[in-house]
Amino acid sequence: MAALEKVRDEAPPKAPARGRRPSRPRGSVPAPGTTPGEKRLAASPSAWFVWSGMAAFLVLLLGIIVAVVVDSFGRSWFDTWLPAEWTAQWYAESWDRFDLTHVIGVTVGVALAVVVLSVLIGVPAAYLLARRSFPGKRLVNVLFLLPILMPPITYGIPLATVMYAFGLGRSVVAVILVNLVPSVPFVILTMTPFIEQINPAIESAARMCGAGMRQVFTRILAPLLVPGILAASILVLVRTVGMFELTFLVSGPQSDTLVVAIYRAMTSAGGGEARQLISAMAVMYTTTMLAMLVVALRFVNPTQLVAQVKEARDD
Amino acid sequence: MTTAATGSRGSTASLRHRLAERGIDSSLWLMVPALVFALALFVYPFSYGIGLTFQPGLATQEKWGGGVLANYVAFFRDPFVFDSVWITMRLALPAALFNVLASIPVALVLRRRFRGKRLMTSILVLPITLGTVLTAQGLLIFAGRQGWLNRALMATGLVDQPVQLVNNYVGVMLSLIITGFPFAFLLVSSYLSGIDPSLESAARTLGAGWWQRFRRITLPLLAPGLATTFILTFVLAFSVFPSARLVGDAMGSTRVMSLMAFRAFGEQNDYPMASTIALMMGVVELAVVALVLAWRALLYKGSTGGKG
Repeated sequence: MAALEKVRDEAPPKAPARGRRPSRPRGSVPAPGTTPGEKRLAASPSAWFVWSGMAAFLVLLLGIIVAVVVDSFGRSWFDTWLPAEWTAQWYAESWDRFDLTHVIGVTVGVALAVVVLSVLIGVPAAYLLARRSFPGKRLVNVLFLLPILMPPITYGIPLATVMYAFGLGRSVVAVILVNLVPSVPFVILTMTPFIEQINPAIESAARMCGAGMRQVFTRILAPLLVPGILAASILVLVRTVGMFELTFLVSGPQSDTLVVAIYRAMTSAGGGEARQLISAMAVMYTTTMLAMLVVALRFVNPTQLVAQVKEARDD
Repeated sequence: MTTAATGSRGSTASLRHRLAERGIDSSLWLMVPALVFALALFVYPFSYGIGLTFQPGLATQEKWGGGVLANYVAFFRDPFVFDSVWITMRLALPAALFNVLASIPVALVLRRRFRGKRLMTSILVLPITLGTVLTAQGLLIFAGRQGWLNRALMATGLVDQPVQLVNNYVGVMLSLIITGFPFAFLLVSSYLSGIDPSLESAARTLGAGWWQRFRRITLPLLAPGLATTFILTFVLAFSVFPSARLVGDAMGSTRVMSLMAFRAFGEQNDYPMASTIALMMGVVELAVVALVLAWRALLYKGSTGGKG
């Protein structure tokens, strides 16, 4: 029985001799006459099915993006394929009309404040959760997981009620506080694997040399954690700029972020604003988000966040 | 006297030592800011909200009765409110299921190495930057009555009349898929990359076809990860709010719970009722999550990937 267990434990063989095998597309038997490494041009029916599904998704996606962009540059676009005239004036007009200087200022300010605060609060907690065991650790873990698992509206409405009760409603402070609720747990979740990767022996060595907790943090951990902190910060930045529900619940005209401003313009009473003005705003929003996400993807591979990734072998 | 002093000092030292052995020492102060944050901004407001649900407004009390429980009576008795539970479920469950199931084959295909893989992944991640509001605006323009989609369908002769794709159930569903699918895809592909590829190679050496390899090797290992992905996409779809209002039929087929909660909060200023609906949202959602987690606990959670 024990021997059987042992065999079963060893069952996943560690990829013997991977260098010696000729590389070849996975899932296809090489046709006779093809050299190893050459890929077949004709795909299997299942692959066609997948690719056509993806094509449909892409058509929908690109259609949506291009439609908004075209709309934001067009004039008098009614029952035709393309607008009759092209213009860039919607941008200038929406900038003035919705006071975008202020809105974008608020958005950037809120996002930066949330990033800094959530990193300052989250990283030490993530360190403890990754390295130490203490009574009540499971409870603390659950406490930090709940805000991510629950729909924002669920805790957002009581939270907003409290904010209004404290007289913070419609203020920038309230927007920042509300956005911290999902951000801090998110930082903790993102940072934990980064901290686990650091060899504890380095910290022990520093302590042996007489470094206190603060010195270990500022001189040892902080430099090693810079990539992780950057990754977490950028993800929090993207999330905060894109966060609609929570911000919407507590913000007012003076503290709207860009997403909320777009939503308010779309739903404003009495038929509201010209569609093109909103499209122009939406394009500006997406461009900002895209720029941030491109930067984010340079620092962090999204698929690495959840699991330890083993790069799929190319065979 | 001196012995007592040394004795007490000795006992504090040993107390500290004993505490440190059980994991309590001064480094736990690092946790304090996070705990204060969680208590002040999450636990306290949440308890406050729960307390609020038992302080119904006068209007609610008069209309529905039930004393302190008037809010709950109103929630379960008022069909306009209670039906929103089913409406939300009818949107969120199919959307989450579709997103998870559709991302399996796509993740499998994109696991191979091929030209343009990075581009493909980036395009699939693109909708995250759109956000629900721009997706709604785009759907209104692209899939509206005069949009390109309907024009193309009419031009090819597939339909005679423009198809109604927005301001109804279909519009919200489309927007949930556009925003939720990339998310599910990212998660599934990361779980997939955690599965040791040599397992599949071994199965192939033993003569298993692609379906057998998928059914017997990949799927069982991936299932716990799929459950996690389902939960996260479900949470995302469950709290749909902007798109239900913007591309949906806010008073009819897409009258979801979050809309009702916001209506009570922002338009009627009935904070107790808003908290009640929000709380019930949490209860319904956690019930689904608990069911999925219970099922997930039955699955394999061994050492090789996909476990989440």
